[in-house]
Amino acid sequence: MIAIRSAQASDLAAISALDRRLTGSDKPQYWQDMLGPDRHFLVAETETGTLAGFIAGEIRAWEFGQPAAGWVFAIQIEPALRLQGVGTRLFEALVARFKEKGVSRVRTLVERRDHLILSFFRAQGMVAGPSLQLDKDLS
Amino acid sequence: MRLQTGTRLGLYAVLELARDPQRTLSAADLAERFGVSSHHLAKVLRTLAGAGLVRGDRGASGGYRFTGNRRRTTLMDIVALFEPVPGRRAKEAGADTDIGQALQSVLLEIDEIAEATLRSISIETLLKGCLQHA
Repeated sequence: MIAIRSAQASDLAAISALDRRLTGSDKPQYWQDMLGPDRHFLVAETETGTLAGFIAGEIRAWEFGQPAAGWVFAIQIEPALRLQGVGTRLFEALVARFKEKGVSRVRTLVERRDHLILSFFRAQGMVAGPSLQLDKDLS
Repeated sequence: MRLQTGTRLGLYAVLELARDPQRTLSAADLAERFGVSSHHLAKVLRTLAGAGLVRGDRGASGGYRFTGNRRRTTLMDIVALFEPVPGRRAKEAGADTDIGQALQSVLLEIDEIAEATLRSISIETLLKGCLQHA
């Protein structure tokens, strides 16, 4: 049985370790900042208390001219526990928090070659949003 | 985005059969549903069978049924059976010129977005969406 709850400072080491293992980059300060009061940071925990996954987001209003929407910044699931609905439970819990705060849209940005995560968000009913992301190499 | 007729028929056939993997439909049944010739559809079904997405049984009760994995097969997997994979098309005249290269990078950007979209939608996700629209 998986339980969803708010992330705490005591979860940060396991969150950082899971993220580092999956992305290859170490960013403990970023995860520390996700515990901030305006952020929504949730973890999924197994019956034995180990980390099954996490999701982080925030409500942002009027950035890029857009009315308030919930943004999903990150989601990671322990590979051994995938395909059991953990990601869906985390996503739904985050969306429920966004709705409680009165927003009616959820958004995210995904690297277009990351087909796994793109498929996950598609399966949650997400489709291409109204904005196009533009980018320039400054080196 | 416009897909070749064979590609569209391939998508229709796989999606219709994947709605109920226990069900068997003949090429004629499917052709009638989509309003196309069963000759054209038979060729498409052979390609799909070769890829392991459907299986055709001979005999009086013969027909096709879905044998793929609804959660693992994406729309791109089906499209790629009938269309050249974006970015791997044969070079066209003028492609080596500076204008040709600049134009190629624009077309590649469009192809990459189209590919990402098709690759992100599994048969399971699309069928779930079509139930919601029903």
